[in-house]
Amino acid sequence: MKKLSLLLVTLLSASVLASSALAAGGHGAAVDEVHMNMSDKASLQNGAKIFVNYCLSCHSAEYSRYNRVAEDLEIPLWQLKENLMFTTEKEGDLMKTTMPADDAKAWFGVTPPDLSLVARVRKPDWIYTYLRAFYLDESSPSGWNNSLFENVAMPHAMYELQGVQRVVGKIDSATQEVDSHGKPIAKEGQIIVGDTIFELQHPGKMSSVEFDKAMSDLTAFLSYMGEPAQLKRHTIGVFTIGFLILLMLLCMVLKAEYWRDVH
Amino acid sequence: MAIHRHDNHKSANAFMEWVDQRFPATKVWNEHLAEYMAAKNFNFWYFFGSLAILMLVVQIATGIFLTMHYKPDAELAFASVEYIMRDVPYGWLVRYLHSTGASMFFVVVYLHMFRGVIYGSHREPRELVWLIGCVIFVALMAEAFMGYLLPWGNMSYWGAQVILSLFDVIPFVGPALTEWIRGDFVISDATLNRFFAFHVILLPLILVALVFLHLVALHQVGSNNPDGIDIYENLDEDGKPVDGIPFFPYIVIKDLIGVAGFLIVYLGIVFFWPDLGGIFLEKDNFAPANPLQTPPDIVPLWYFTPFYSILRASTTSLLEAMLWINAGIVAWMWIRSKISIKAKIAFSILAAGVAVGLYFGSGKAWGVVLMAAAIVCFFLLPWLDRSPVYSIRYRSMPFKIALVLFLAAFFILGYLGMNAPTPGKTLLAQICTVIYFAFFALMPWFTSIGQTKPEPSRVTYEAH
Repeated sequence: MKKLSLLLVTLLSASVLASSALAAGGHGAAVDEVHMNMSDKASLQNGAKIFVNYCLSCHSAEYSRYNRVAEDLEIPLWQLKENLMFTTEKEGDLMKTTMPADDAKAWFGVTPPDLSLVARVRKPDWIYTYLRAFYLDESSPSGWNNSLFENVAMPHAMYELQGVQRVVGKIDSATQEVDSHGKPIAKEGQIIVGDTIFELQHPGKMSSVEFDKAMSDLTAFLSYMGEPAQLKRHTIGVFTIGFLILLMLLCMVLKAEYWRDVH
Repeated sequence: MAIHRHDNHKSANAFMEWVDQRFPATKVWNEHLAEYMAAKNFNFWYFFGSLAILMLVVQIATGIFLTMHYKPDAELAFASVEYIMRDVPYGWLVRYLHSTGASMFFVVVYLHMFRGVIYGSHREPRELVWLIGCVIFVALMAEAFMGYLLPWGNMSYWGAQVILSLFDVIPFVGPALTEWIRGDFVISDATLNRFFAFHVILLPLILVALVFLHLVALHQVGSNNPDGIDIYENLDEDGKPVDGIPFFPYIVIKDLIGVAGFLIVYLGIVFFWPDLGGIFLEKDNFAPANPLQTPPDIVPLWYFTPFYSILRASTTSLLEAMLWINAGIVAWMWIRSKISIKAKIAFSILAAGVAVGLYFGSGKAWGVVLMAAAIVCFFLLPWLDRSPVYSIRYRSMPFKIALVLFLAAFFILGYLGMNAPTPGKTLLAQICTVIYFAFFALMPWFTSIGQTKPEPSRVTYEAH
């Protein structure tokens, strides 16, 4: 019987791990791992700043409210009003873009999707890679293309920060040098995003390292916005589980006492 | 019966007497708790019955709070779920308790069923307990399927689309029936509204009623135990089973440990990994329903995937294989079996009918038949199992091997059902489908061969 229980537990954990790895990995596009710290308020605040300045002009986050973001990210209300609210005057409003959906569709070919839940549909690693993978492509209608999402309708919104990239080529896994973590090492003057090698044609306001940090802040903010509850559920969870362990121990003592006369 | 007045002293007793003269409170309490005798050697596997009741209560309680903010409207449903997740105080907790709760309910129910199989709880005299349990399982699947449409995510929409279209294969009335269930030509607002009604009213009522019947039937025949022996064969001088202990307080107190342990796992998932990496909450369901955009892989939630895998395994090549198996069984019967000529002819005519069906029927139609048959198999278990002993502790080796093979096939089917099919995976699913059905079809044979161990006369128990 012990053997059977053991087999069941092994099968169960193997299938959970295999399936969750598969569900998380998606369709195997080469993405870079993002390093986010969801308890780093400064990082989330910086992500929020980038979001309202560069994303909100076209995209909405129509399930997210300004004052909730301010509360969760510890941004004072006056700062929220002065620096983050460009689309409305009311702090309890949803974060909707002012760009009319019909116009957006006419200009870009598609209505820019709502971003409230983008981090739950696409995974953070995907977003982090996508944001850094725009390059100049004269053949596309917008003049931009993206190596992770080929022929995407979205132009590069942050080229003034990143600069203008050109594709050098794809990584050749046979000859590419990698570091001790298996991450490819870029040659002097080149940048590697996902499976593509780029070089900067015009530099932006940020260095490559600064831009990567800014994009991981933005990814962290999008991830927060996908599920605001994640900032507090861990804390509540620790106390709840702690209480339950205590409860279980008490129940075991109680059971032992009641069962003392069962022989 | 005359009703007497009592003085105020011993008011508690007087109160209970007053009640008992009008309602059998003490009688029910004694019969079903304080004097209901259960074997003293219940182990870990016996937690899952009470845990299933706990999950039913949790789902109903959290469901009531969700309906206070949820809008069953194709235009508003998705946004109302996000409203619960963001703007309703602790709405996220209630929602995660309900979404994780659905999966945990199935975990508990599957383990509860497995307990039944390994200790022979489906065997005489508990056949009706098992059958009612099987109906509960089917009702629970219907409840979960309809509940999954309500968030109106893209996977909700397309999952319902795929499963409802299965009714199309029913001859003659299929398409009309599908349209009648949907209330429209496609999944739409009408479908959402009726699924909401079924999910929050009809099926919960059916489930509660069935659970009540399950318990009534159980208490009529008494609980089984890990040794699979009848504790009423050894009675003390009062006529009580020597190995029995009253359900209250002994089993109730013990179940509290199970509840606490289970809550650690359940709430651990709720607080630390609510989507379980896409298994409990699929990532495609965080995008609103879009009739124009099919998700890359339409897969149901994990608790349906073994059956979904069987559905998908039904391809033309499987039908060909089934034709050969069918012919093989008939040939074997004529050459080796000792049944009467009449029975052989009747069976051959039946097999010829199946062969015609296999030859002309589509893979999809047979997939639906196989999927339904996969569930019906569970109902037949009490009559397929011929072993002289009940518990796995004393069963023969052929049964143990068959059970392990079945378990492996069930898990592999479940895993394959979560993934997009490839030719190799489809072949694997077909092999596992054959193992799945062979487990039931061959059960009368492998439970009657091999050497069983002698059952003890008293339950195995060591006091701690």
